[in-house]
Amino acid sequence: MEMPAPSRDILHKRDRIIDRLRSVLADEHVISDAMETRVYECDALTAYACQPMCVVLPGSTDEVSAVLRICHEEGVPVVPRGSGTSLAGGALPTEDSVVLGVSRMNAVLETDYDNRFIRVETGRTNLSVTGAVEQDGFFYAPDPSSQLACAIAGNIAMNSGGAHCLKYGVTTNNILGVTCVLMDGTVTKIGGPYMDAAGYDWLGLICGSEGQLGIVTEATLRILPKPEGARPVLIGYDSAEVAGACVSDIIKAGVLPVAIEYMDRKVIEVVEDHAKAGYPDCEALLIVEVEGSPEEIEAQLGLIKEIARAHDPIEIRDAEDDEEAARIWLGRKSAFGAMGQINDYMCLDGTVPVSKLPHVLKRIGELSNEFGLDVGNVFHAGDGNMHPLILFDANKPGDLETCEALGAEILKLCVEVGGCLTGEHGVGIEKRDLMHVQFDTADIEAQMRVKDVFDPAWLLNPAKVFPLGASRSRRARAADAA
Amino acid sequence: MFSPRDEKDLSDLVAGATDALAVIGGGTRTVGAPVQGGVLTTSGLSGITLYDPGALTLVAQAGTPVSEIEAALDAENQMLAFEPMDHRTLLDTEGVPTIGGVVGANVSGPRRVQAGACRDFLLGVRCVDGSGTIVKNGGRVMKNVTGYDLARLMCGSRGTLGILSEVGFKVLPKPEATAVLLLTGLTIGEAVKAMASALTSPFEVTGAAHVPVGLDSAPVTMLRLEGFEDSVAYRANQLKARLAAFGPADIERRVEGPENTKAGWAWVRDVAAFAEKTAVWRVSVKASEVEAMLESGIWQTLACDAILDLGGGLVWIGADDAQLSDNANWDGSGSSDRLHGAENLHATLQECMRLTGGHATLVKGPEALRSKVPVFQPEPAPLATLAQGLRRQFDPKGILNPGLMGQ
Repeated sequence: MEMPAPSRDILHKRDRIIDRLRSVLADEHVISDAMETRVYECDALTAYACQPMCVVLPGSTDEVSAVLRICHEEGVPVVPRGSGTSLAGGALPTEDSVVLGVSRMNAVLETDYDNRFIRVETGRTNLSVTGAVEQDGFFYAPDPSSQLACAIAGNIAMNSGGAHCLKYGVTTNNILGVTCVLMDGTVTKIGGPYMDAAGYDWLGLICGSEGQLGIVTEATLRILPKPEGARPVLIGYDSAEVAGACVSDIIKAGVLPVAIEYMDRKVIEVVEDHAKAGYPDCEALLIVEVEGSPEEIEAQLGLIKEIARAHDPIEIRDAEDDEEAARIWLGRKSAFGAMGQINDYMCLDGTVPVSKLPHVLKRIGELSNEFGLDVGNVFHAGDGNMHPLILFDANKPGDLETCEALGAEILKLCVEVGGCLTGEHGVGIEKRDLMHVQFDTADIEAQMRVKDVFDPAWLLNPAKVFPLGASRSRRARAADAA
Repeated sequence: MFSPRDEKDLSDLVAGATDALAVIGGGTRTVGAPVQGGVLTTSGLSGITLYDPGALTLVAQAGTPVSEIEAALDAENQMLAFEPMDHRTLLDTEGVPTIGGVVGANVSGPRRVQAGACRDFLLGVRCVDGSGTIVKNGGRVMKNVTGYDLARLMCGSRGTLGILSEVGFKVLPKPEATAVLLLTGLTIGEAVKAMASALTSPFEVTGAAHVPVGLDSAPVTMLRLEGFEDSVAYRANQLKARLAAFGPADIERRVEGPENTKAGWAWVRDVAAFAEKTAVWRVSVKASEVEAMLESGIWQTLACDAILDLGGGLVWIGADDAQLSDNANWDGSGSSDRLHGAENLHATLQECMRLTGGHATLVKGPEALRSKVPVFQPEPAPLATLAQGLRRQFDPKGILNPGLMGQ
């Protein structure tokens, strides 16, 4: 993975920069010792690592602003970091960068049930946002798999989704306002506890901009009343095509489940070994979850099972109580961990139109044979967000490269059928060089023009999202101007 | 009038243009500061490009009539869940609302409170920027975080950053049944509390509006439930019990049958009650602030009427000629000029939103008023600077609806 060469000028004035940062933050919140900065050398995409020049951990919006002002004056790149759980290398430092972590800023600032919002500092973890309101019957809907650890700051940067977004949407659909610090230190408030302000959709633009337009320090999030109850049903099929057709029919029938999850034989076998969830022996397994009162759940599940039966399933398994419901989810929830225990794997994140699922699953099988690497499929079928897991051996020379080549082919396939490279993980560095597969030069240019407006010196989160070739002239111009 | 036939035609036209263009869809909204320039309509770019009911996805050219899209969805028992308002009743305009116009102004309706706004269902756009370059963003799939979200930026930018040529949506299944709970005689404060109670219940209220002067002149609060028939009946009874403290609720008493239910919510959606008003504002505000804003704020000194939608999070303010005249002397000017009265009300609403947080936008008013006041809530300086920067990047010639959303 090519990264821009570090600036000698910046490395040369390292001590001065650190001194200046210490003038606005307490000493212990400016980390420059190489032993300690090592913790920040990578995120959850561990294949790539780079020690930053230093790490700062500001405790307030004002401190974030002060740090950014200094970095802006000194022309130093800044890599924003939530909890470092990005699977796309969204928080990978460069050698001449300052990593700005928001983890100390994790307070709940305001909860308001009547107006259905919570205002938090963005270092707070996703799950603990729900944790702050669940005793009163509310929850925050987006639920990425990493929700125990991931920070709201990163959720906003990547516009994170989760298993339940078929019904509740992703981060951008559940956010009302932010406090955002621009690269020059300007603090700006966008939106608030009200809906649909007139003017440009600044929130929509900030969400998913991968920390390249500004650093979000506070967020006003929409919270929802918890449903009366929820229950899953498990359906097994002997072919991926039939399972895909069943998903499409469920959606067409007018039921909108909160989640439709899919697992293929490869994944079923691995999780059986590890979690012993007692899944049926089949090619494709669906977990469909609905919400409501007991009667409503019964009615919706009745309809879903009727559709499922029309496709001749191997098994339909109901959950009679909470324990059985938990068992149905057990395997799905442990899938990624279980796969990680048997093998190194690379997790893709392409999205395809739901109606193209059967075709794409078949093609992935063929590509897997061609490249000689196994692929397991476990994903959010309701919205077509696939997570093919390519299994490889990191210790075997050439295996990682083969795996990356297969990954690129699968993502190209996703785009070919009308889908996209990434549904919820973000581009980061991982898919940066594939952007041309999905976008024409003019499309990428338009996105970079937005970056020009927010961060003319191109200092925020360098080398992410855009192919280096596409951004080269802009970065050079910015460096010359500095 | 320029009426390009397709995207290429549109692109050529914009690339060659040197003078300002007033971009419209079907021309049903005379909203915003008046734009001086040659009128360009996208209504020639028409037709549904792709409709995949099993994937809940519809893509259409920008000039496609909303009615054509709704008919196609209806045939598959699906809908645009954000329930876009039809502005023709309120603004007394003719013409055909287009889907591009809906996206351009992020037009939604009562279901926004639960399902989301137009921008929440937008999957992707194609557009032509101010240099004539064709740009696409997003796509046709439900989850997509590939690159920056320019689709949402375009949504609500009213043709000032680019002219939409194609838009893609997530659509939803149509509910099988609808029930409406009607509470009568509530004050604004009580109504906001009742709506908050309904919206914080687990019963998925998909509409919450309050009309202080209803059809038989008494205040009426409307709460909508949608879904499968048995489920709707169950939730209606549960909700009625939950709201007992606000008086007995009538369940669909006045609205017999689905057509009437639909008509009632279309009346709310289109703000039909304000059709006779001279000036109308759309105010986005925190619902719990509404009582103070109206009862102990604006209504103390200014004459106007209000309708609450989105649980109180959206307040429509309307004033007729007599009310505007009454407001003219508000600043002690001794005037009885309606235009001056409208300016007073406008300035007060925007100042009130600046202090409490929120936005007041003038959506209906004579051209003289729209060219005199800032139609949109002025933004904080850093955002105004960014907005200007975006316009310079996407419209370097300054020809796309210049002045419509600020300089």
